[in-house]
Amino acid sequence: MSSAQARDVLLEIRDLRIDGRTNEEWVPIIKGVDLTLHRGEVLGLIGESGAGKSTIGAAAMGYARDGTRISGGSVTFDGRDLVTASEAQRRALRGARIAYVAQSAAASFNPAHRIIDQHVEAPVHHRLRSKAEAREDAMALYERLRLPNPDEIGFRYPHQVSGGQLQRAMTAMAMSCRPDLIIFDEPTTALDVTTQIEVLAAIRDIVAEVGTAAIYISHDLAVVAQMADTIKVLLRGEGVEEAETRRMLSHPQEEYTRSLWAVRSFERPQKRRPAGGAAPLVEIAGVDAAYASGGKVLDDVSFEIHPGMTLAVVGESGSGKSTAARVITGLLPPARGEVRLKGSPLPPHFRDRSRAELRQVQMIYQMADTALNPKLRIRDIVGRPAQFYGGLSGKELRRRVEELLELIELDPADYMTRRPPELSGGQKQRIGIARALAADPEVIICDEVTSALDQLVAEGILKLLGRLQDELDLAYMFITHDLATVRAIADEVVVMRDGRVVEQGPKDEMFAPPHHPYTDLLLSSVPEMDPDWLSRLLEERGRDNIGEAARDGSGGH
Amino acid sequence: MNAIATVIAKRLGLGLLTLFIVSILIFFAVELLPGDMAEAVLGMGATEETTAALRERMGLDQPAPMRYLDWLGGAVRGDFGVSLVSGASVGEAIGQRLLNTLFLASYAAVIAVPFAIALGVVVALLRDTLFDRLANVLTLTSISSPEFFLGYILILYLSVRTGFFPAISSLTAGMGLGELLYRTFLPALTLVLVVTAHMMRMTRAAIINLLAEPYIEMARLKGAPPWKVIVHHALPNAWAPIINVVALNLAYLITGVVLVEVVFVYPGIGQLLVDAVAKRDFPIVQACCLIFAATFILLNLAADLGAILTNPRLRHPK
Repeated sequence: MSSAQARDVLLEIRDLRIDGRTNEEWVPIIKGVDLTLHRGEVLGLIGESGAGKSTIGAAAMGYARDGTRISGGSVTFDGRDLVTASEAQRRALRGARIAYVAQSAAASFNPAHRIIDQHVEAPVHHRLRSKAEAREDAMALYERLRLPNPDEIGFRYPHQVSGGQLQRAMTAMAMSCRPDLIIFDEPTTALDVTTQIEVLAAIRDIVAEVGTAAIYISHDLAVVAQMADTIKVLLRGEGVEEAETRRMLSHPQEEYTRSLWAVRSFERPQKRRPAGGAAPLVEIAGVDAAYASGGKVLDDVSFEIHPGMTLAVVGESGSGKSTAARVITGLLPPARGEVRLKGSPLPPHFRDRSRAELRQVQMIYQMADTALNPKLRIRDIVGRPAQFYGGLSGKELRRRVEELLELIELDPADYMTRRPPELSGGQKQRIGIARALAADPEVIICDEVTSALDQLVAEGILKLLGRLQDELDLAYMFITHDLATVRAIADEVVVMRDGRVVEQGPKDEMFAPPHHPYTDLLLSSVPEMDPDWLSRLLEERGRDNIGEAARDGSGGH
Repeated sequence: MNAIATVIAKRLGLGLLTLFIVSILIFFAVELLPGDMAEAVLGMGATEETTAALRERMGLDQPAPMRYLDWLGGAVRGDFGVSLVSGASVGEAIGQRLLNTLFLASYAAVIAVPFAIALGVVVALLRDTLFDRLANVLTLTSISSPEFFLGYILILYLSVRTGFFPAISSLTAGMGLGELLYRTFLPALTLVLVVTAHMMRMTRAAIINLLAEPYIEMARLKGAPPWKVIVHHALPNAWAPIINVVALNLAYLITGVVLVEVVFVYPGIGQLLVDAVAKRDFPIVQACCLIFAATFILLNLAADLGAILTNPRLRHPK
């Protein structure tokens, strides 16, 4: 839409300054950002967490989240400055002329009300439509957004609808008053890749059809590339650069932008099993498992983890990846089958395992935030397993903790006495790694360890894990839904779906055709930096064969 | 809904077990009190012979465990014994008084519960304003003052000085409902003042606790005015904790009103219990305490059911 420049300016943000409250003090978090959006234009806002993307998105509605305040600048929407407007004037615009689509639809729909009742709230409140008209319109929008049973789905409660459908229902809700501007705040970040496609396609189509302008916020450049006419890059509350999408992708000007673009090229050389069939370190053989409440979660799962190698276990949410890890660690005894360590069977329950057996398999978790006790000092977090498994104490223990902190590239003198809340996300995850290393294990299970981190930070963690593997001859079982990560670090890959292993083998074979149809679906669903990727994919697969439809049609059963 | 029936059955079973344990505790607690029924009845003029004779007539010469089993044997058949003082059956002695207590409790509850929740919603809406602080200070003052003190203050200002309401709640048979409500207004008001603070503060806290939820922000970004955000979006998700506190306060209205009854000379079950303890009238003490225990059990069960029924995830399964 290169004609965008010729159109009217809809939103103009000038020298926007926003403060956030930390420790009883106002600290600037947005430091003078400018932004211009024309009618019908889609602007992509990109940056790492803490860059202020969401805060700017909210400010575009004249809204300051709790604990933030707009301290300067102007937000002019259709000729009116929202910063100086009265609260009543701002409320009259919200929902009616500027709408919002949040990251987690599951959390942003009120659990107490039916979806359609929440949909009609804004048009009825703003007196744009009667309740009956708004309902009719909701069903029409559901149909245009390709929701199944559009006449019925709105009458369900949010928890009765899947995540991808809910996200589309929220887009429909944002459309309910046919606003001039919609703020999309990471609308697909919480979704699986296959679901993400259908939501992206639905959003893009309806935005184009209705001619709505949009601000599309994401940390994922490839996603933004599909959606936006222009891209603006943010870093710590300041604009870095802004350009038309294709030019931004091909010719980024600033050093920081180039570093963001470069992350995806990181790849470790692939290792292979030694010739002659070496013995696996950990073997999971014919395992069925189920939780107390409900059916089978794992169905005849078998795979091997070899010494010094990285096995990536991929699949969508609910595929059984993490359950397999729970079986290996003995948190969930299998219903059938067994787990073997160096050829000898491990007791199914961790309580029956010896300390030596426990020591060899350690875990690192997705949410470093919740996996570390916030009240303990780093010294104690890392020291406890060293004490428990290594029997160390006193000076020896201290030396061991220092050594471990050096291994994860944190200065012991500085970090020994800190507590987790004083660390950044990446540093917390490093402490998680040190804690796992403290037991001196041979296998570490990494459960989505980078998915909560920004790309640059995640890359640092992946490089660290690679170095540790080379130095300490560690084996990793790397659970992830992110195929870019798999491509970067895996030696072997297991693809899981609905509790079964769909396909497994060395990485290069897995990434080269012919694939199992499900692997193919996963691979082709990963957004690429090419702005035409989504259009091409939709053309190849056909409109009716994306997302849930594609999943259910791709066989396997 | 079948699951709910199971929950009810299970909880009622546990409730019966609780009542059984409570009955043992009460029995031996009464045993621990110095003196016994015979001494209490005969008073100062007792000789050893007359006391022993009375004990034998009342069956007090039996060992304690035998007497408990005797009582229990009757209780499971629905016979809770006779009052050792008046000779009337426990049912007769307690019946009318229990009704009086329930009447006063309902009267207070009908005013206090809607008032407290509405006030809680209003202070959540006007949080951190002068009105919020004022409401907090006033309700905290009323909950922190002893009930008899509140009662006497109300009597002083609403009865003695102005004559609006009677100071003593004398009830007679065949009184019309209006007259009844008028005569018991002061004790009911005292109880309202005592229980409002707790329920109001929980309503406020439960609502404010939800204001950081993404769906609240979503409601605001749809242009919903603050009152609608609170009443329509936060309150429906805040019921579970509110219902629990309401249930505890309702239980208090039945079991904790002794002082109020004494102040207003109201013929309720609390006074009866105090008299019975003083006279070591074990069957009455036991029956009153079991009624109190059952009240707690049933109201807590009702609160848990309320929490289940207000949760859309449990009400509308996938």
